[in-house]
Amino acid sequence: MKVGPLLSRLHELETDLADELRALGERHAADHDVYHQCHTFAGQCERHAAALEPVAARYGEDVDGEGPGFWSGLLESARRAVSASVGRVPDSSLLLLRDLRTLFLHAEECSITWVMAGQAAQAARDEELLALVRECHPETEIQVKWFVTRIKTASPQALVVG
Amino acid sequence: MADDRIANPWGERTPYARGEEWPTRVDEHTTAAVEHWIQSACVLCSHGCALDIGVRDGTIVGVRGRAVDRVNHGRLGPKGLYGWQANNAPDRLTRPLVRRDGRLVDASWDEAMDLVAERARELLAAKGSGAFGFYTTGQLFLEDYYTLCVLARAGIGTNHLDGNTRLCTATAGQALKETFGCDGQPGTIKDVDHCDTILHVGINTAETQTVLWMHELDRSRGPNRPRSVVIDPRATESARAADVHLAIKPGTNLAILNGLAQQLIEHDWIDREFVDTHTIGFDALEQTVGSYTPDRVAEICLVPADDIRKAARILGEAERLLTFVLQGVYQSHQATAAACAANNLNLLRGMIGRPGAGILQMNGQPTAQNTRETGCNGDLPGFRNWQNDAQVAELARLWNVEPLQIPHWGPPTHAMEIFRYAELGSIGFLWVIGTNPAVSLPELERIRSILGQERLFLVVSDAFLTETARLADVVLPAALWGEKLGTFTNTDRTVHLSEKAVEPPGEARPDLEIFLDFASRLGLKDKDGQPLLKWATPEECFDAFKECTKGRPCDYTGLSYDKLRGGSGIQWPCNEAAPDGTARLYTDHAFPTGPDVCEDYGHELQSGATFTQTELKALNPQGRAILKAADWTEPHEWAREDYPFTLATGRTVYHFHTRTKTGRAPELRDAAPDAWAELSPADGGRLGIAEGDLVRVESPRGAIEVPARLSGPREGVVFVPFHYGYWDVSEDAGPNGRPRAANELTMTIWDPVSKQPLFKTSAVRVEKVG
Repeated sequence: MKVGPLLSRLHELETDLADELRALGERHAADHDVYHQCHTFAGQCERHAAALEPVAARYGEDVDGEGPGFWSGLLESARRAVSASVGRVPDSSLLLLRDLRTLFLHAEECSITWVMAGQAAQAARDEELLALVRECHPETEIQVKWFVTRIKTASPQALVVG
Repeated sequence: MADDRIANPWGERTPYARGEEWPTRVDEHTTAAVEHWIQSACVLCSHGCALDIGVRDGTIVGVRGRAVDRVNHGRLGPKGLYGWQANNAPDRLTRPLVRRDGRLVDASWDEAMDLVAERARELLAAKGSGAFGFYTTGQLFLEDYYTLCVLARAGIGTNHLDGNTRLCTATAGQALKETFGCDGQPGTIKDVDHCDTILHVGINTAETQTVLWMHELDRSRGPNRPRSVVIDPRATESARAADVHLAIKPGTNLAILNGLAQQLIEHDWIDREFVDTHTIGFDALEQTVGSYTPDRVAEICLVPADDIRKAARILGEAERLLTFVLQGVYQSHQATAAACAANNLNLLRGMIGRPGAGILQMNGQPTAQNTRETGCNGDLPGFRNWQNDAQVAELARLWNVEPLQIPHWGPPTHAMEIFRYAELGSIGFLWVIGTNPAVSLPELERIRSILGQERLFLVVSDAFLTETARLADVVLPAALWGEKLGTFTNTDRTVHLSEKAVEPPGEARPDLEIFLDFASRLGLKDKDGQPLLKWATPEECFDAFKECTKGRPCDYTGLSYDKLRGGSGIQWPCNEAAPDGTARLYTDHAFPTGPDVCEDYGHELQSGATFTQTELKALNPQGRAILKAADWTEPHEWAREDYPFTLATGRTVYHFHTRTKTGRAPELRDAAPDAWAELSPADGGRLGIAEGDLVRVESPRGAIEVPARLSGPREGVVFVPFHYGYWDVSEDAGPNGRPRAANELTMTIWDPVSKQPLFKTSAVRVEKVG
């Protein structure tokens, strides 16, 4: 049974994604929709990670680590200051695009890992895990879809106009 | 002659019973004997009341409501009766201005337009079409907008064209697209004659659409009056007249609407057959709203649970339910989701497409509807879908350009993103037309600093030297309503003709002519090398637009200037099948949600993530409306210890937008000469603030100092009218002295789906000054 390590990895992915989303939001605070949406998504990721903990524990995994957002809180104000100062430099739109692309890939990794968890839950007849997948995975899929939407919107201006 | 409509904005009552015609009452205000009357309609709210302009010696001297018109039956509101005087104001712009050595100085049209064209050519060569932004208004005519749209989208080839209608009507359009597949007001104002219940969600018709309120009042004073439910944090005139007023905490619209849906389902007050046959998404909706019990909603919204039950019963027992929605929803948290939730209530009850049973997702401005139809408000013309290549190809054929010349790689750029690109220096040429973002957009300190950048070439066309025009590099004097010919369309799809009554002052020109001049100086061509814009007059442009709407939901092909002349306004679609226009959409309960016909494939409502054609196909809507559900979430900025109040900005009955017109009509100016902050008497008492005391309202973005009024808002809410800027108190674009513009306080945030900025949920603190 390899379900435990998978859930542990998923927990790690969600926790990291939460941190990265907050960091991205702060770095691009001058893009106000990005700032707010990334913080909303970060909250979702943290809830996903928290909900995974008791299930992972049943598979013998102790994933209750230092908790999400450990570093992000320390750095938020510094990142905001950076955002305010680079907020008017055209290159910051390229930076935004690069960051969105990176996090899109991370969210995709989360998403496919939820798919694997769902398959495992069915084969293991684990109704609790299956319910968790059905609750969380659609939110991750929306995150992925949002990244695609936002990247499509930002690309023409950042890449062609500058 | 009208009586004093400052003291009594709604005039005398003419009660009538359900199913009868609304009696006629002709309102008139003139300042001299009229020589002749010229047909037009009012441009001071979205209701579009038909009026005649009184002319004497080549000057406008008054207005008179048109008795024959279906919209107003002769009536006019205070803004309409008095606002026309702005046309005659002594400070109209009469010559172009260009900035030289930091100052705006007089110039000829040739000098000004050569400068604009030269800068445009330079920038096109250096950075391409994406360096251009156009920010228009809800005040022009259809012909102005359509010309601008073709110029910007096919001529320059930029995606960055939006209107200030993004601030007033974007959510209305978006919610209609999400629920019904396409924009287009389902109901008609005449539904007021037939309804037995009116649900007002975030709308204060008494002040924002005074003639609609007269209509409601006359029904309510007659036999078998309609019952009324009002959802509004303030005890407005409309709320005080309601059977149930739900004074919810700002930012909780979606919770209360989900709560009402929960009650409808729990009590089985729903039309099962309609829901099964004509909608999709019921199961998901039922699941989402299930937890919104009256007790839970009461806790979120801070209203009594019994009032929620009472309101739901009124909706549940209605046989003809009419729903109005406006800025209280559109400019607040979860705007599109809440506007869709209002649509859901009528769909659950099967209340659409028949007399008295309908939805009016209202507009704010008089010609906002036309920005949506012509492609100036984040849409492509004729309600075409930017994701649908076949529909874009139709436009390309119509304009004789290559499809890729028309940006459709993403949704047309919304206003807040246009300003963001300008902030980044990515947009270097911004043309602001007939609107005043230096007062009307959120977080004014930021907006002023964007508009004031050296590297931004700012062109402003307007009738007055607004706060925004003071920051411009070139100011072009524009003709106003009454000084040019054209058409415009109100919130219930009624198209009116507006004739030219007088000459514009000095060298001022109609916007249409200014755009044609610019296109010609730039030499904008179609793919055969012919001029791109193939019209020279408003009527020729109207005919071109008719062609553009052929076969589309907003079909204008049955209309003409001649047909609109003399009688009443006519509601689109108007075509061979419906030569007299169409009162109500969806009378057959067939909705344009199909993947090939729809204007939009839809969005996830919490994030704005865009769905694709494939995803919509998977839903298999087949002409059924889409019940879209979402959970309530806490607003991004929520009142807290250091900022314990929630600010809601809004309008007063005497003013419109940033007072460029109403502030120049003596009666309206004197009725409300300065800004104020409204608090509940209880909050005033706690803070030691008495009526008339000067108070400082402060948010994390800025502060204003204005007199207090202790009146209508619920506890914890501050209301500030957004009309007041600085043009009449300072030489600058900003506060040189006492700040009073509500948008000094608001935050830069917008709805993730409609991209409408949110003006109703900023956290602020309040203290007495001195």
